[in-house]
Amino acid sequence: MAAKSRIVWYLNQFFGQIGGEDKADIPPQKHEGGIGPAAGATRLLKDQADVVGTVICGDTYFGENVESAAKEVVELIASFNPDIVIAGPAFNAGRYGVACGAVAKAVSEELNIPVVSGMYPENPGVDMYKNYAYMVETVNSAAGMRQALPQMINLALKILSGAKLGLPQDEGYMPRGIRKNLFVEERGSKRAVDMLLKKLKGEEFETEFPMPDFDRVDPQPAIKDMSNAKIAIVTSGGIVPKGNPEKIEASSASKYGKYDISGFDKLSEADHETAHGGYDPTYADEQPDRVIPVDVLRDMEKEGVIGELHRYFYTTVGNGTAVASSKMFATEFAQELIADGVDAVILTST
Amino acid sequence: MRLELGYIQINDVKFGNKTEVVDHTLYVNKEELIAHLSDDDRLAKVEVELAKPGESIRIMPVKDVIEPRVKVEGPGGMFPGFVSNEEQVGSGRTHVLKGAAVVTAGEVVGFQEGIIDMTGPGADYTPFAHTNNVVILADPVEGLAKHQHEAALRIMGLKAATYLGEVGRNVEPDEVVDYEVAPLFENAAKYPDLPKVVYVYMLQSQGLLHDTYYYGIDVKEMVPTIMYPTEAMDGAIVSGNCVSACDKNTSFHHQNSPVIYDLLEKHGKEICFLGCIVTNENVTLADKNRSSNMVAKLVEFLGPDGAIISEEGFGNPDADLIMNCNKIESLGVKTVLLTDEYAGRDGASQSLADSSPKADAVVTAGNANEVIELPPMDRLIGNSAPADKIAGGFDGSLRADGSIEVEIQAITGATNELGFNKMTARGY
Repeated sequence: MAAKSRIVWYLNQFFGQIGGEDKADIPPQKHEGGIGPAAGATRLLKDQADVVGTVICGDTYFGENVESAAKEVVELIASFNPDIVIAGPAFNAGRYGVACGAVAKAVSEELNIPVVSGMYPENPGVDMYKNYAYMVETVNSAAGMRQALPQMINLALKILSGAKLGLPQDEGYMPRGIRKNLFVEERGSKRAVDMLLKKLKGEEFETEFPMPDFDRVDPQPAIKDMSNAKIAIVTSGGIVPKGNPEKIEASSASKYGKYDISGFDKLSEADHETAHGGYDPTYADEQPDRVIPVDVLRDMEKEGVIGELHRYFYTTVGNGTAVASSKMFATEFAQELIADGVDAVILTST
Repeated sequence: MRLELGYIQINDVKFGNKTEVVDHTLYVNKEELIAHLSDDDRLAKVEVELAKPGESIRIMPVKDVIEPRVKVEGPGGMFPGFVSNEEQVGSGRTHVLKGAAVVTAGEVVGFQEGIIDMTGPGADYTPFAHTNNVVILADPVEGLAKHQHEAALRIMGLKAATYLGEVGRNVEPDEVVDYEVAPLFENAAKYPDLPKVVYVYMLQSQGLLHDTYYYGIDVKEMVPTIMYPTEAMDGAIVSGNCVSACDKNTSFHHQNSPVIYDLLEKHGKEICFLGCIVTNENVTLADKNRSSNMVAKLVEFLGPDGAIISEEGFGNPDADLIMNCNKIESLGVKTVLLTDEYAGRDGASQSLADSSPKADAVVTAGNANEVIELPPMDRLIGNSAPADKIAGGFDGSLRADGSIEVEIQAITGATNELGFNKMTARGY
């Protein structure tokens, strides 16, 4: 008979039976076996899995030390050598939900094992961390424990069995926002015609792609004195030194480059080119200044229109590149730009 | 306008002394076909190869795919404005070599030609693993500019398909299907109780190797116009682009434009299909505004209850898709959008570059960033070296053993946004 799977449970101080708000500042601690809901779950696990340990942390402690607390919690979890982690359920407790989510993130990144949790859909932990855990939808108070526990356990057992998980609504978890391909019965055009017929008749239909809410960034206030401003160039047009030293991909870029242009009055086909796969590169290769205007900015520098052109430009290929990747690139190099005293950035695309 | 399509089923393709269809097999006189295509002084060399379903063959880099068809009765010929004159097409009778396809390949033009595997896991993603392919490999003369290279290959493919289609002229079809959409008032009067539907047919027109042609006109130079559905079946729309292989519409896709066929299937039964509005996806905001305004105006003018809007390509054209949706929905006309997604290799990123709460009915052809491993094939038609640089490839895509790890973006037709395939994506 196959060995039983090992579950470690994460709870806050209240469900971990240490105390109420007065104990919310306790640091992470571990216990052998299950406590509270984790103990209650044992009978649901049949012979397939054991709760080998419980890790408890106070909500306030976690909230005030998210990164270090997550790290400590993961270390304690890892000491039990689990196959899966269950966190919560947190219902509508915001700090607890965020802690469960942060633990899920750290567990999936550090230990690479699945996490099951349970929350009320409006708990901020859902939106922040749904990518990292299979979260069962619960009601907004602990009165829903009796209902949530079997759902979470069944989901955990299914994941442990290695069976392929179906659609979120069929398996009983909230969509994690991970888009996956699958083949269906009808071709897309037929599905579109059928969806339109339903929409025209006022019948219920289900979109295959729920539109996201985009994060919009407000423009910064204008710079009043350009003659003293340090200007940097950032581009998604793919301009790179000849030969594309970092091998930035023609599409779906996984990286960006940072290159020194302090020695250039203008760019040319002898020294730069584009790595971008989304347009005819002839004109960009012929004169890379068409994508990043180094020549014009040098003129402006000499004429005193701008204070200075920053010595590095940052570049990637925007073609099909995931928004999450772009965000990650910019989060990194925006810090460098600030540290280098750059006042404004000219963003060029293609 | 009424068109009869006579489908001649092609189950095999072989070289022969004469180009002809015998017993559902297409025989190709290789020398004659090469000679027919070699009078273009932009091309240095033309070769012809065959690739059939199930064979261990990889074709790349693929530029276009075209279905051999021939106009048997009625005005005009295939691909008006290119290999036929500018007659109005879409009526009379056309014969189709169903199950056969011309695939143009050869030296890479841009970054965005595709891969067709005739077997293995990649074959599930491309419809052209399941057609009997006559592959035309052409090399350009030295120093030929990219846009001229593209034009030469485009014309070459249309000529090859017309040459092959011609042999179906006197073959008795296995099946004849009638397609008809009447003029507006007559059509509406015929089916007064059925909901009226139009199809907004967006065509790639970003320029710089991202062009599509309508009766020979580069669609970025035109304003949106009205098309009878049957015109597309006669090759009124021709692909001239090197957009990512997965979601560029090949000329084959336009000839077999699936929304048109599926709407015609319901026409007169559950809906009244009024026709198509052909529009473009230009890059400037002024162009986008002008085109989407005109699309909305034409929709209002035709007065439908619903519209299907299909996109071509991704990123920049997402804006056109959403503008069309917003403006059409604002008229009180219900829309369904057809698109694909670029959600990142892990599927966790935002799929589209634009969005709208009005776009509440979307059909997706899948996430183009999903990665696939294509095992080596026994035979390679073309050249696999571009695997590292075509859209969907990355440094190291092509391995020493000939296998290729790429995003499905690199597979011809994998996430076709006309809705040609059964693949889709869901949130997990």
